[in-house]
Amino acid sequence: MAGFVVLIVGVVTAFDIAFGYGPVWIVVAFVVAMLLTWGAYFKSDAIALRASRARPASREEFARYHNLVDGLCIAGGLEKPRLYIVDDPAPNAFATGRNPKHAALAVTTGLLEKMNRVELEGVLAHELSHVKNYDILVSTIAVTMVGVVALLADLGFRMMWLGGGRRRSNNSGGAAGGLLLVFALIMLVLAPIIARIMQFAVSRQRELLADASGVQLTRYPPGLISALEKLKEDQTVVRSATKATAQLWIESPLDEEEGHKQAKMNRLFQTHPPLEERIRILEEM
Amino acid sequence: MTALIIVAVIVVLLILALVFMYNRLVRDRNRVDNAWSQIDVQLKRRYDLIPNLVETVKGYAAHEKETFEQVTQARNQAMNAQGAHDQANAENVLEGALKSLFAVAEAYPDLKANQNFLNLQEELTSTEDRIAYARQFFNDSALAFNTRIQSFPANIMAGMFHFTEREYFEADPESTGPVQVEF
Repeated sequence: MAGFVVLIVGVVTAFDIAFGYGPVWIVVAFVVAMLLTWGAYFKSDAIALRASRARPASREEFARYHNLVDGLCIAGGLEKPRLYIVDDPAPNAFATGRNPKHAALAVTTGLLEKMNRVELEGVLAHELSHVKNYDILVSTIAVTMVGVVALLADLGFRMMWLGGGRRRSNNSGGAAGGLLLVFALIMLVLAPIIARIMQFAVSRQRELLADASGVQLTRYPPGLISALEKLKEDQTVVRSATKATAQLWIESPLDEEEGHKQAKMNRLFQTHPPLEERIRILEEM
Repeated sequence: MTALIIVAVIVVLLILALVFMYNRLVRDRNRVDNAWSQIDVQLKRRYDLIPNLVETVKGYAAHEKETFEQVTQARNQAMNAQGAHDQANAENVLEGALKSLFAVAEAYPDLKANQNFLNLQEELTSTEDRIAYARQFFNDSALAFNTRIQSFPANIMAGMFHFTEREYFEADPESTGPVQVEF
């Protein structure tokens, strides 16, 4: 969070140096990004559920799913979320909804088939923890911040193409002014990328937190561990998952090469920590 | 004049803090009470499921009379138990009786394939889970409440308004104690 503030301040400074425009643009960018993402935030559950083609899970058909969630909600003193099913052979699950009152869980039919009772319980506890920890809110704020930075940087480039405003460097002049300008431009180029990396870092952190609080609900780490082991071995990929919904799922639904060695650079852009690492941390509990 | 305003502000803030503290205590106490009644709700659910289960198993294993009687008796005892201690004991007996009932069912493949039996088994397993989870939530809430009323400065207010500590629900010492090995 503080990182985002620093980043935005950095971009603002870069702006100021390059074009002589001040905080006015920042306010504009912030308001635009806020409106865009917070509109989506209030519809987040409906959008995510529709995007992954989820259908409501009836109690008759999915008794075990309902029963396990009932139990976990009692354990955490939570309201029961709405439950959905995604018809897909790949085992995966996600939680959505802006607060515990508007929460929804979705699991794939593959998950229900491949997991036994304790494993399924571990996964559901992880998802419920996302709800309990307000992770949708956290990721919405992260996305908003990324949006602000991206908009600002974009604005900066447009202004440059258009002959770039009233340059202040003319007055300050000299080599120092020129160097400062170069720095400012580099900042504008890098800022959106840095913002993305930070957003993914937040997402990875929340995943680890959800693992930990999930175990706090079940008091049984082996359940989630063995579920993650199964996810590691399984290579099927959720069909209806897109980049936009990737950070919602319990296991990153996109990368097929999970388990292979990933380049350090690539790891910066992952929404989830590697399964090996998550399992290792859980085993230490 | 300024001094008066400062004093007034401090007094108002103090009163607000006290009100907030009191409300917080009430909220925590209610949560503990609610957690306790949740356990009863789940126990009742288990009592309701048992007759169905016994009837279903009877249809396939009629001559296991002794086990049925044990379960039915344990259920009645648990339902009529007075006081937390007695009830905990009776619940333990009931849990044991149910386990032997399911052990009996293992010997009847037809029964194990019966959809009704499978549904009941799922319901009962999840009810057992819920009982355990309700107890866990009760203990978590009681821990939070006890810590709050023991901590300064809430302990002063807790003393004034008779907020008393809650006892934790403890597992049966027989089932958690060290295993005795005899040679």
